[in-house]
Amino acid sequence: MRNISNLKFCLLVASVFVLPSGIRAQQADQAPAAKPSKHMESHIGDLTGHSEAGAKLYYRYCWGCHGARGDGNGENAPYVTPEPRNFVAAVFKCRSTPTGTLPLDSDLYNSLKRGFNFTNMPSWIALTNQDRANLVAFIKTFSARWVAEKPGDPIQIPTEPKLTVESIKHGGELFQKLECWKCHGQEGRGDGPSASTLTDSNDQPIRPYNFTTDNRSKCGRTNEDLYRIFMTGLDGTPMPSFADVVKPNDAWDLVHYLRTLQYNNPSPELALWMSTPEGKAIVEAKKVENTNTGSGVQP
Amino acid sequence: MDSLCSKSLQSGGVRFARTVMYSFAVLALILIECYPAQAIPAFARKYGLPCSSCHEAWPKLSPFGQQFKDNGYQLGNDRDAPIFQQAAYWPIALRITPNWHLERQDHVVVDGANGENTALANITTHGFDYTGMDMLTAGTLAKNFSFLLVPSSDETGAFHFESANVRFDNVLGTPWVNIKVGKFELDNLLSEKRILTLSANGGSYQNYHFQPWLAPGTPSPLYGFGIGDNQLGIEWMGHSANDRTRVSASLLSGTDGNPDFQNGMGNAAGRAYEGFVAASQAFEVGSLGLQRVGGFAYFGQAPTYPEYTQSGAPIDGTGVGNEPYYRAGFIGMWYLKKLDVTTMYFYGHDNVYLATGTASNGGSSALPSGSHAPSWNGALFETHYTWSPQLILINRYELIRMKQQALDSNPGDLGNVDALTFGFRYYPFINSRAGFAFHNEYSIVWNRKVQVSPVTGLPIDLTSSSLFFGIDFAF
Repeated sequence: MRNISNLKFCLLVASVFVLPSGIRAQQADQAPAAKPSKHMESHIGDLTGHSEAGAKLYYRYCWGCHGARGDGNGENAPYVTPEPRNFVAAVFKCRSTPTGTLPLDSDLYNSLKRGFNFTNMPSWIALTNQDRANLVAFIKTFSARWVAEKPGDPIQIPTEPKLTVESIKHGGELFQKLECWKCHGQEGRGDGPSASTLTDSNDQPIRPYNFTTDNRSKCGRTNEDLYRIFMTGLDGTPMPSFADVVKPNDAWDLVHYLRTLQYNNPSPELALWMSTPEGKAIVEAKKVENTNTGSGVQP
Repeated sequence: MDSLCSKSLQSGGVRFARTVMYSFAVLALILIECYPAQAIPAFARKYGLPCSSCHEAWPKLSPFGQQFKDNGYQLGNDRDAPIFQQAAYWPIALRITPNWHLERQDHVVVDGANGENTALANITTHGFDYTGMDMLTAGTLAKNFSFLLVPSSDETGAFHFESANVRFDNVLGTPWVNIKVGKFELDNLLSEKRILTLSANGGSYQNYHFQPWLAPGTPSPLYGFGIGDNQLGIEWMGHSANDRTRVSASLLSGTDGNPDFQNGMGNAAGRAYEGFVAASQAFEVGSLGLQRVGGFAYFGQAPTYPEYTQSGAPIDGTGVGNEPYYRAGFIGMWYLKKLDVTTMYFYGHDNVYLATGTASNGGSSALPSGSHAPSWNGALFETHYTWSPQLILINRYELIRMKQQALDSNPGDLGNVDALTFGFRYYPFINSRAGFAFHNEYSIVWNRKVQVSPVTGLPIDLTSSSLFFGIDFAF
């Protein structure tokens, strides 16, 4: 009996020391390589943002949607479509860096400044530059990715070639060849055959961009912004990066063509396209008159 | 004899009670008039943003909130038009403030041992109360068509329209062209409709409503005007994309915002137009925050007599003999991180006919001898310490100093004002559905030489003060 008791005692002692270590080992296997840092900085030009100052701004402006923990689960999130960004995942649409990499601080800063069209995320241009830099620093405290990884190297954007009718036409051919129309639709209205099936990385339905509504895409309104979207993709959405399949000059042709789809917004590309009989006929056929609903969305 | 004596005492008591009642009726009227109008949870519900996004401490706007307002209650993300809202969304919010307040005024003329109106007394009253109510409905009718409609009541439920306007935003696609028509608040950088103090004495800016006294014990014949009052007219307003630069100009009816060509003071009105211009520029100073400087000017004119029927009765809305007045000032809003200080210099000038209540047709009446066009200087220092979005400490000091009296016989400091207010507002919760604040405030106002002592016959000061604890809520 005594031996059995000793054995029980040994097992008990072993369980006290061994099992927790096993659990710790298991936890270590599951734990991320790094933990989020509570103290982060951002660097945008001459500005240096500090997370401590950004926290105060975050809990004034942002937490209602993005949540106190930055996970996109703010108390207002259930009523927001598309869902607020999850800063813990640290996956960002608008980047100047290659797909799969972290954005530059300036990318996040510009996103805050610009806002996201057709979402609940407004432009925070009214804040000071320092405040926006501080917010960027604080957003980085939510994810360990900012500790474990460095932002990617920004892609190179070559000088825009001269605008020609040929470049617009070639862009139209690429639009077909790359099957952009499957999501964005033949007329760029965001109503392609795949549009209704698309979901984002959170399995939430997501609509492709409707080029006819505005000249602002989510990540900016300039030709360079459009070019950058092709080449970096919009991480977390079905919009892939075409950096490996599209040559720079082809990408510029695609930009020129897409501008002609924005037939409600004057642009050099649209003007040139309209100067050709073919282009004029195509654009005129798309227009629907006398249907202004006051929403800002053109039919 | 006994019955006579008791009758006399009873009569005196009634007069005393009436005097007290009138005094507090005036205070109550001030309280109603001064109630701030705009903190609109309907916007928070529409956009899902907490109050603290648009308000440093509601109802005071933050730069983000000011830009939202200047952009026609639009965030500019192409979700502003009503079609993007659930059909059940109704852009309306209500605001009211149950409260306990104490009002004290010294040197109130009352009946004394020597008869009617022969003595002075300090009068104090206090109790539970509530303010008027604002129904705040605002937003967009369509993209770049916005509106604001504020039916507002006094505490008895009698309604008037505090604001009623439509705004055409970003006309020609530029933020520099925005046109507003209707009844609206002037483009005051220091908004009285968003004032952080609520009491009878502290709930308005003295400089915004001051008019000089004609003589001790005799208020100026009011022509009905306050730069803090909402006015009727048309406004052009322009601003830069980031709202750092703001300019505006308004053409207004000289009715102080009252309908039917009345000026609200029972005076002749109508057919008088006035102008208001304002401009400001903000700039960033490192981590201190956004600083703003600006100026404003109001050029008014008011009639000094009406047209008459053949039988000699005045005809409403036919004021003639317009005479000018103006107000002008400079303002600075200085931020030192959590501490902000607003400084304002104010200058006022009234035409001598307006100041003395004299018809300017030179006919039946003439200017009193020794009369002048009065003018005055004013200043304001308002300090806030925003401890957090949930707690703001408030302090304000205003002063008004007469530069030129309306009459030579007046004491030089007749009408001078000093006003001190301090308090704090605590917001126990902040969300995107409703606003709630515990409001605590003390305010005291000194008016120099505006009362005539029935004892000595000499001008004396009037001091009034308010202590106010309220629960300010909007939903």
